[in-house]
This record gives sequence, C-alpha cells and structure tokens, in this order.
Amino acid sequence: MRSLLLPEFTISRSDSCDRCRACEHQCSFGVHTYDASQDMMISDNYRCAGCQRCAVFCPKGAIEIRPTPSFYRPNASWSRERIEDIKRQAETGGVILTGCGSDKPFRIYWDHILLNASQVTNPSIDPLREPMELRTFLGSKPESLSLSDMEAGTDPVLTLETPMLFSAMSYGAISYNAFQALAIAASRSGTFFNTGEGGMPAEMRSQFKEHTIVQVASGRFGIDAEYLNSGAAVEIKIGQGAKPGIGGHLPGEKVSQHVAATRMIPEGTDAISPAPHHDIYSIEDLEMLISAIKEVTNYEKPVIVKVAAVHNISAIASGIVRAGADIIAIDGMRGGTGAAPKAIRDNVGIPIELAVSSVDRRLRDEGIRERCSIIAGGGIRCSADVVKAIALGADAVYIGTAALIAMGCTLCQRCYTGRCSWGICTQDPGLMRRLNVEEAAQRLVNLLSAWSHEIKEMLGGMGINAIESLRGNRDQLRGIGLHEWELDVLGIKGAGE
Amino acid sequence: MSVRRQKLYSKEICACSIFGAMSRTGERFTGERVIRAMANMHHRGNGLGGGFAAYGIYPEFREYYAFHLMFTGDARAQREAKRAAEEFLFRNFDVVHDEEIPHSDDVYVRDPPLLWRYFLSPSKHGEDIHLPDDEYVVRKVVHVNSAIDNAYIFSSGKNMGCFKGVGYPEEIGRYFMLDRLYRGYLWTAHGRFPTNSQAWWGGAHPFGLLDTTVVHNGEISSYGTNRWYLEMLGYKCTLHTDTEVVAYAVDLLMRRQDLPMEVVAKILAPPTWETIDRMDVRERELLTTLRRIYGPLLMNGPFAVIIAQSGRMIGLTDRIRLRPLTVATRGEMFYISSEEASVRLISPSLDSVWSPRGGEPVICELDGRLKHEIAAPA
Repeated sequence: MRSLLLPEFTISRSDSCDRCRACEHQCSFGVHTYDASQDMMISDNYRCAGCQRCAVFCPKGAIEIRPTPSFYRPNASWSRERIEDIKRQAETGGVILTGCGSDKPFRIYWDHILLNASQVTNPSIDPLREPMELRTFLGSKPESLSLSDMEAGTDPVLTLETPMLFSAMSYGAISYNAFQALAIAASRSGTFFNTGEGGMPAEMRSQFKEHTIVQVASGRFGIDAEYLNSGAAVEIKIGQGAKPGIGGHLPGEKVSQHVAATRMIPEGTDAISPAPHHDIYSIEDLEMLISAIKEVTNYEKPVIVKVAAVHNISAIASGIVRAGADIIAIDGMRGGTGAAPKAIRDNVGIPIELAVSSVDRRLRDEGIRERCSIIAGGGIRCSADVVKAIALGADAVYIGTAALIAMGCTLCQRCYTGRCSWGICTQDPGLMRRLNVEEAAQRLVNLLSAWSHEIKEMLGGMGINAIESLRGNRDQLRGIGLHEWELDVLGIKGAGE
Repeated sequence: MSVRRQKLYSKEICACSIFGAMSRTGERFTGERVIRAMANMHHRGNGLGGGFAAYGIYPEFREYYAFHLMFTGDARAQREAKRAAEEFLFRNFDVVHDEEIPHSDDVYVRDPPLLWRYFLSPSKHGEDIHLPDDEYVVRKVVHVNSAIDNAYIFSSGKNMGCFKGVGYPEEIGRYFMLDRLYRGYLWTAHGRFPTNSQAWWGGAHPFGLLDTTVVHNGEISSYGTNRWYLEMLGYKCTLHTDTEVVAYAVDLLMRRQDLPMEVVAKILAPPTWETIDRMDVRERELLTTLRRIYGPLLMNGPFAVIIAQSGRMIGLTDRIRLRPLTVATRGEMFYISSEEASVRLISPSLDSVWSPRGGEPVICELDGRLKHEIAAPA
C-alpha cells in the first residue's frame, strides 16, 4: 500500500558537498544514496528520522535537516500529528510505537518553581572556598541510634557521592557499549547504574558490583541467585513512567547471542515482559517477593521498588514502604523508554514533580518517611531540576534520558527500530561500534561532575552546605504561574508569598 | 493564600546577642551582671525582644515544676485566658502555690501581658497514669499552648525559670527585677533583632521545654528540613522560629532518645565528610551512622547557640562557624558570649578566653555531687 504521509523532515544539501558519501555511510535509516550517473547525493526525505547524525558528521557542514515546511490545512482539532497517526494506522492496522519520553506540552512544573538565595540575614556559602557536601545515603533509617549496639537496626544502604543515579536501561534495549559506559561512569562518579530487566553480563559482574543495581522485572530475564547478588541493591520494577500498566517487548532481532545468554533466553526469540508480575497481584504479594529477595541476598542489600507515577501514587507508596521496601523509585510520566505505544506514553501517569511531593508528604504524615528513601525520575533535565526534586522530598534522582543525550542521543524517538544511528539503542554490531565506550563514559562522568558543581553553587546560595539539609526543604522553593491547587500539591508558596 | 499553604513553612528571621554565665561550684548570684553584659551588646538587638533563663532560683519549690504563663490580649481576654488555663491546670496538676510574677512598674515596656506562675506536680488520670512525669508535662504544655487562646506557657522546668518580653534585654531584666529578686547558679540571656515579625511577648527568647532552654543567634537554612522531621515525630512547631526547632531537637535527642550532649552536638553540627573520612575506624563509623540517621536534624546555616539545662550549659556554633561565640573562664565562673567585650565588662580579668571551633560543643557542668544537690530536684 502506498503511504499517504508527508515526510517529517526536509533535507537540504549545499553546494559545498563534495560527494564524500559520509552521510550515506552514517545514516542508519537509508536516507542518503550516491547517484553515480549524475555524480550527486540523493536524499529520501521519507526515511529521515531527524537524528542529525549526517549533519554532525558531514565534513563540509553541507547538510541541514529541518521539519518539513509542507502542511495540511491548519485545524485546531486535527493537528498534523492526529491526521498522520490515523493515516499510519489505516495503512498498518497496528499500535503506533514510539521511543523516548513524552514530547507533549504538559506543564513542566520544574519551570514554574524558583529557588531561594541568602541575602543579608544569613550568608551565602562559597563552594569554591568552603566544603559543600553531596554525599547521600539511600535506604531505611532507624528512628534512633543505640550507642551501645550500633549494629542493631542499621539496614543496608547505598552511599552516593552525588545524589544522581543512572536509571534502568537494559542490555538488549541499549547496546553493550552504552551499557558498559554507564557502568564505568557510575563507578568513577561514586554512584550507581541500573541493569534494567535484561540481566547483567557475567564478565562485568565482579568489576562493577559495588556500583550496580540489579533489576527484577516481570519478564524475570537473566535472574538467578548469583545475579541478585551481583549488585549493591536489587530493584523490583513494577512500572515505568513512559508506559505505566503495560509490559515490554524486546523484538527477536535485538536478541543477539550475547543478549540471549545474559537474559537466559534462546537467541533470536522475542523477550516479552508481561504487564504485571504474575506473582504480584496485590500488595501482600509484593511483600513476599521483597522478603524472598532479602532472603536470597542475606539481608545485605537494600530493595528498591520502582513504580510509575500514577493517580494514587501516595497511597501506593505508603503500601510499598509497609511491604518492606528500603527505597521507592518513582518514575514520572515524562520518563523515557526504548519502545512504548504512543497512546500510553502520552496519556498515562502524572508528572514526577507532583508525585514526589505528594508521596513525601504522605509518608511524613504517616510517620514512615525515614523507613525508606525516595528516588525521583522521569523528566530530570538539568541540575536545577535535581535541586527542586530534592527540596520537594526526594533523596536522589534517576537520570536516564539525560544520560543518553550525554552519550549522543538526539531524541529522534526511533529507539524501537533498533537502528539507532548513534550506537546507543541498537544491537547492530556496525552501529554499536560507533559508540566509543571510553569516550561515552567520560561524557557521562563530565555530566555528573558539571551538575554536581551547579548543585553546589545553588546550595551555597541558599546558605546550605550539605545536601541532607535540602531534602524536603520546601521553604527554599516558590511557585510561579501556578494554580492554587498546584501549589497545594507541591506544598510550596507562590513567589512573593 | 489557602489555609493549607498559610501553615507552610513561614519562618521568622532574626539576629541576636546571646550570653551565658555559670558558676561551676553552684554558687548563686543575681542577674545584675548578666543584665549589664547584655546592655553592652545593646546594638545587636533592636528592642523587639529580650529574655533570660535562670537556674536554681526556686530552691524552696525545687521538687515542683515551675510554670510561667502569659495571658495576652485586652484585660477581658487576659481574664478569660487565665480562667481557662487555670481550669485546665487545676484539673491536671496539684498546684501548691501560684502568684503573679513580680515586675517593676518603674520600667516602661510595651503592652505587657498578665504574667503568672504556678508551682505544681502532675496529677495523672486515666491513660496518662503510665506516662513519665516529664512526658506528661510536655503534653500538657503543648495542649495549653495550642488549644487555649491567649494563654502561653513559656517556662516549665523545675527550679528554673524564663523571663522574657518585648524590649531590650536590659529593660526586660529590670522589668522582672532579675537583679534584685532572684539568685541562680546559671543564667543565659538573649537580645533580639527580628527582621520580619511583629513584636509579641511569647515570641521573645529563650525558648524552653521542661528545664531545657535555648538562646540562639542565627538563621537556619535547613529549617524546612528540620521542621518536617520533628513534626513527623510529634512536635508542633507553632512559633516558626529557629530556636524552637533547636529546643525540640535537643529534647528529642537528649530526653527521648537519651543521647549524650557530645553526640547531640555531632548531630546538629557534624564534621565535614572530608574530616570524617580521615578518622579512625570507630569514630568514622559512629559519625557516618549519625549523619546517615540524623541527617534531617543537621542545623545548616549560621548559628551560635547556648543550651542550658539543670546543672549544665552548652555553647555550640554551626559547622563552619558563621556566627560569633566566645568562651571565657575566671575562677569558678564560666562565660559564653556573642562578644568578648561583654564578658570583660563584668569580669575584667579572665583566666582563659577562646573561640571554639565550628561544630565543637563547649560544655560546662556542675561537678557530680553539686549537680545532684543543686540541680536534680528531690
């Protein structure tokens, strides 16, 4: 069937092009071809994902890729996206897949929150001259300390040198090189990366053990006792911000021999994660799984439960704490994904800003806030977002999309095709090689270092020199351009109040 | 603003002078020199609050809790508040003596409330029978302060008392005739420079709970964090002051959790990680555990504080020492002050004078025998 869609992008090539064919080589979607008869490069706009790989790698800077100027008759109700989604579905009869976090213009609360700074009545602190501390502990904390028996009541914790962790991205979804880069960067930065549900390659286990969070998801891929003990913590993944309530599907094409071995499934078979865990149909079932994992890991590792931010998130979080989780990870609706139905990604869940604030308050009201730590993820874009998340009650944040961007991702949203031209979200050996592990790790280390410096500057301005004094400190936040109900949920005053 | 958000963290900001004097041998002295020392730091306050805490002043009633109450509003509101408060007190305590707190009409102060004191012991009923005395008293104090309009208990320890109000500390001291009527072995004092609050007698410092009092110079940037933690554990921060938060933290850690002051200081003002990481294993583990568990009680931002309890006085600054604190000794006398000049004024020769390092507590205690005789009520 002939496609009736317009191309998304228009490619223009200037005269400086000298037909070196670098673009042809770089494009993983087959946009560029060389026409020998005319000695010129030809582009197929229809195939372009807008990933900008060719533009960046063109030695002459000759390529420019823009959103196509062609349009359908403007219609407030029927946007181009709505029209084209229908055409696409009429042509395929299928669910529209997409990758990355939602690109819809829901209010980004981070951008409506302003930070405080000290003036006159207390001094700001200069992080260049004074100690400024970001060390963070995640895990259950006892209400009081017994000096006579310090061992008693101290549950296992994760120690982070900066309050940011890499969120779950599985080997299989992302390339081996990207996976390794995350592991290396986490260990160099004194924080943690998360295996996602794809298991942990055996050869990486001993080197990165102290900086790994191993995940248990509904597909239970690659899980045995050794795997559970190969990290510093275990995360039970209930849901993900990009696709709450649904499962996952790693297509067989991405299941290479090594991916298959790590996931403990046959090579080339689809890896399908069910929507729920089939041994968790209620909160008491979660409690049993947490207990089972603690048994297997000899009570030496904190257990994280990751859930998507949904409407009743505070009640759910309370249940999770009471079920024995040491850490709750909440993933907001702007969280990323390798593949999700677009209808789910763009319509299900709530923003992390509202979720984290409401969970923190609920746990405090119930007097159980210190029985667990909170990791906020899904939509953290910069160091200021980190500061705001912690002031709204998070202990630390997960960063996923930001880490991918640091490695080269341009958010073209074609992760689900397995053709990532940047070598991040692919298992194609040729594409994978494009990602230099050492360089990617360095970019990640640099990102964490840069954000840490900025966080220190913001803390110093507030007159705070240890990150623990920021947690839940809503006093340092004011809202701007928000409705009263939004200020109430965030638990902050309006600017000037 | 919605009612819910009005209750959100609103904090009073103030700077201050603080002073403490203690006789290590338990010798009792009047507040005369303390008032003079405070007057010397006049410019550190702005006349919107002054106060004193004095220990050992009620030896004849030393086994009874001494409640100081203020009744505010117009004359009728004061009478009504007093009636309601007394109805509550007489129902829950055996009151052995009560009287108006003496004051001098020669000193002009603005809008003084009706001030009354009660010496009493718990009279527990029902479920309260199982509560320890201190806990019982704390609960009743919190009840009066939060549930009875215009009545406010601002002192509730044994053999000690707080005296405070709106004015410069030297005016408040003379108003209560602290230089003539009382003799204590330990005095602390506070002169206040609030920048954003209306003057209210109850808002003056010291802030006290049972026999723990706090005078404080600082603005705690971690207020929001400290407050939710304490509120989660049942404290109600109704005064919106940093001082209240310090007092509750000390109450929680020392009375409820029984931690020694040395450890409490390391919770409120811990060493930096750089320092901790260089310590030997045992110390490192203790301090790491303290920061891990009690991170929300770290008092961040500039402060210098004098905490007093029966038989001891503690000086402490924030971890990077952003507010001044000077310690001095002369014979059996021990002084802590915002400024050395105030100490020199009343004791020109000193045996030693030093500025403690940030986060390092200075603790002055009566010796064990004296402590038992003088400080510990029968």
